[in-house]
Parts: sequence; C-alpha cells; structure tokens
Amino acid sequence: MAPDYPGRVILGIDTSLGSAVAVVEPDGVIRSQVESADPRGHAEVIGTLIERALAEASVSPYDVTHVAAGMGPGPFTGLRVGIAAARTFALGRGVPVVPVASHDAVALELLIHDALTGGYEDAVDETFAVVTDARRREFAYTLYRGLDDDGLPVRVTEPALAPRDDLDAVLANVGAARRDADRIPAGMLGLAAARALAAGRTIGPADALYLRSPDVTLPHAPKRVGS
Amino acid sequence: MNRAEPLVLGIETSCDETGIGIVRGRTLLSNTIASSMDEHARYGGVVPEVAARAHLEALQPSIEAALAESGVALADLDAVAVTSGPGLAGALMVGVGAAKALSVSLEKPLYAVNHLVGHIAADILDADAPPLEYPTVALLVSGGHTSLLLVRDLTTDVELLGETMDDAAGEAFDKVARLLGLPYPGGPEIDRAAASGDPKAIPFPRGLSRASDMAKHRYDFSFSGLKTAVARWVEQREAAGEPVPVADVAASFREAVVDVLVTKALAACRDHGVPRLLLGGGVIANRRLRDVALERGAAEGVTVRIPPLSLCTDNGAMIAALTSELIMSGRAPSTLEFGADSTLPVTEIQVAESA
Ligand SMILES: [Zn+2]
Repeated sequence: MAPDYPGRVILGIDTSLGSAVAVVEPDGVIRSQVESADPRGHAEVIGTLIERALAEASVSPYDVTHVAAGMGPGPFTGLRVGIAAARTFALGRGVPVVPVASHDAVALELLIHDALTGGYEDAVDETFAVVTDARRREFAYTLYRGLDDDGLPVRVTEPALAPRDDLDAVLANVGAARRDADRIPAGMLGLAAARALAAGRTIGPADALYLRSPDVTLPHAPKRVGS
Repeated sequence: MNRAEPLVLGIETSCDETGIGIVRGRTLLSNTIASSMDEHARYGGVVPEVAARAHLEALQPSIEAALAESGVALADLDAVAVTSGPGLAGALMVGVGAAKALSVSLEKPLYAVNHLVGHIAADILDADAPPLEYPTVALLVSGGHTSLLLVRDLTTDVELLGETMDDAAGEAFDKVARLLGLPYPGGPEIDRAAASGDPKAIPFPRGLSRASDMAKHRYDFSFSGLKTAVARWVEQREAAGEPVPVADVAASFREAVVDVLVTKALAACRDHGVPRLLLGGGVIANRRLRDVALERGAAEGVTVRIPPLSLCTDNGAMIAALTSELIMSGRAPSTLEFGADSTLPVTEIQVAESA
C-alpha cells in the first residue's frame, strides 16, 4: 500500500438518475467524484466509473471499508444497476453495504451549502422538498427540515410520488420550498453514510425504493380467434 | 491467471432464473439457481419487471450459496463471467452491473459472453458424457428462444442456421396451456394432459414446413400459427356444444411442436453432413421431445446429446463453462465497456474483448 493511501474509505454508488460514484474518507473529505449524466446506459458505465473513482482517489479496492448504496427513488431499470453493483463490490471485499435514500444526498448538499453561505437561521426552519423526475408524468419527492445532531438531514416525510401537475399544490399545502435535482451527488451519499456510521445509525432502506408496483396486466381470458 | 484450469464464477440473469455457477476448468463445482417462476405464474408468462426485481434480491444470496457449496473463496477466482445477451434488457442489466463491480472489487478479469453459446457449453460440464465433438448441430429450445445452430468451434465459430420468427416453443406451450385452462408454466402441464391423449387425433399444422416456406425458412420456426389453429379448433368444438378432448388436443399440439423441431434439426444435420445433434434449453425437459429426437436421430445415424436437465435450463454454470473454454483457448478478458444486449447475435460469442 502506498504511504498516502488512507487505508479506510467509503465508496458511494448511485444510479437513481444518472450514474455517480465517489470515494469519501470517514471524516467526510471527498477524495473523488465521477459521474455520467446519461439517464440510461447505467450498466455500460458503472464498472468504468468505479474504476475511475478509485484511481482518482488514489486508493485500491482493498481500502474500501464500506459501500454506500443509493437506494432510490428512481426509474427501476437504472436504479437496480447501482444497487447490484454496490452489493457485489461489498461482497468482493467482505465489507458492509450502507443503504442511503438517494434524496438524502441532495438534501445534505443543500443544507451544507446553506450553512456555509450563512443562511443558517433561515435554513434551520425551512421545510423543503427534494424533487426528482420519476417518469410517467410523476415526480418523486421527499420533505426535509434541517440537520440533526449527527449532521444528517431530517426527513419530514418518506419518499413519495406525486403527479407532475399536482406537485406544486402538494408542496404549497405543507409550506415546503421546491428544490429540483437532476443529479445525485455520490460524494454526499458517501458523507451521509459516514455520518450514519459514526452515529451508529441505519438511515436507508434495505431494499430498492421503487415506489411503484411492477407494470403487469393480469391475463384476460384468451381472446377468440374466430373461425 | 490459471489458464490450464481456470476457476470461474458465472452470473446469468437473462430471463427469470438468477443463476450462479462456479467451474474449475471443465469441472462443475456449483450450479445455484434461484427462480422467480412462481411470481410469474399468476400472469401466465414472465413479467420482465418482476423478473428484474427478483434478480436484484436473489443475486447476493445466490453468490454466497454457490461459494459455500463449492468451498471456493472469491479471492481464489481466476475470472468473473456474465451473460451480456440475448435476453430481457432490464434483467440482463442487473447481472452486468453486479459482475462489473465484482470484477473491479476483486481485481479479477471479466468475460462478457453470449447466453445461447452458453447453452452449448453446458454440455462440457456433463462429467459422464464423452468430449463434445465438432462440428455439431445444436437445437436450443426454451421459453425465451428457439434456435438451430451449427457449431464448428464453441469459442470461435457458431453459426445461426435458423430461429423462431414469432413465439419461442416454450411460449407456445404456455399459451396453449392457458387456452386449455391449464396453469403456468405450460410445458409440464401439457405433458401431463397429453399422457392419455392421441398425438395423431388432430392434424395441427407444422409451421414453415411447406415446400414454399422451405426455400427461405428451411431452418426457421413459427409457432404462432399453430397456437391460433389450436385456439380455433377448441372454439369450434365449444361452439358446437361438444366437450373439448383436452388430452387429445394437448398430445396433438405437443406432437406438432416436437415434430417440427426434430424434423428441422435432423434436416440441418443431413444438409451439413453432421452426424451430431446437441439439445439445450428448458423445453428439453419435455420427455416426448427427448424421446422423438433420440429415436429419429438413431434412425438417421445422428448421435443426440442431452445434458442433464439442471444444465439445460438457464444457469450460471454454462456461462462459467463457456468462459473457462475462452480462457483455456487464450482469449483476453472483456473490457468494462459493454452493456446488456437483448438481441446479441449468436456469432458474438464474447463481447468487448480487449485488444
Ligand atoms: Zn436460455
């Protein structure tokens, strides 16, 4: 191992929108963050992104102590690629997966940004919604308000779906500001995992946040073919 | 990398079976399969999204079970192998994502291979069979595919002679079972119903078998016309207020499928001067298909090989076995730059081979 290897890093993987991979130190320093904005093609890029994130962070797979997995919500087909990758990477190294709701990463980034730019007092009380495209004329959203003592965003409601045209009314009802996101910052995903680990807490769901049942139509009686 | 007897873990997620296989050279160490078939039963066929969700949940436990069964540690592997296609795109992507991350995590080479050629490679793992000889004709029949191949060399030269133009044979079994009021999966149900039936009772059509079809579609299959013919026959009976003789319909339908599969496969053997026929795919579980193939093959001097059923259905061992052959023949690993290819042609035995 090279002397400047930290020897202990968290690998963050999220494919709920584009594909994003980051390497984060346990104290929260983001050593690398790489991504592909393509809303499809997750399976094509995931291996290369993991390899690049490790290389840019100057770490080897042996330095990874935890894998943070973005559990969604997100379009199913892409979302699964990152979760599958996070699980097998962790299996390969014999280390645990730390599941994180993908919206938590966006909320954490917004809250840290607010804290750094001095909007501190407003930011504490403001309820806001992280909003992502859920396709089929729907948005996925999660309501947040401030950071807790562990430095993690406080989820006011769990991730849910709303029709595109209804979302603004839904948010106005609860007095939440709308914060649209078109990418998930994998570094923040890793940071949320680091803070959860430090606090000894489980913050994400064990299974993918699909929010929708699979599309299936029950078979009808065989249709007549006529004679 | 051990090129003499590589230790390979194969991941297969092209349809509704999550297959993890581990082989050392040509020796099978584990063939672990988790199937989501029961979840599809109420829909009468494989639902892609249901299958893909099931793969994600089954993958890690299946890998762990395969390692435990074989007594292999991940660190001992020489390579990771995965099905790149053909198959259901969303289902394939779960395996591709998993295999890539496992390969990077272990710092082991990755091989992305063809599912159909994997079916042929399954035969190599049959410890009781003599070595596979070339060339051979291969007939692969399942719920997802019906293909007739000419295999001159497993790792370098596989030619598609023909395939189904519409439904796969397994799909036809499912659909006809449904219209006879039998549950999913249809293959075993039709078989059970056919046991007491007369296969010659009803002359159902043999798809793409007329002289006029044979010029262009000599080795191709079509089962949708047969399905329609069965539906029409049943409707006419019902309209006339007569009982439907389910056993005779099932037996006659099955005979039509088996006849056309075996006839075209043996024609391919004859035309190419190849006295060897290899069967693969889940529909090989059909006893009548095996019996007719063996009987008519023997009559024409064609040796018919049938791997054990656990290796005929979709599985990860065949993916590992094909990769093991690629490694032993000196092939370089795949790069990480490939995706799921739902229509991957059979001529692409390995995808994204590094330069
Ligand atoms: Zn198959």
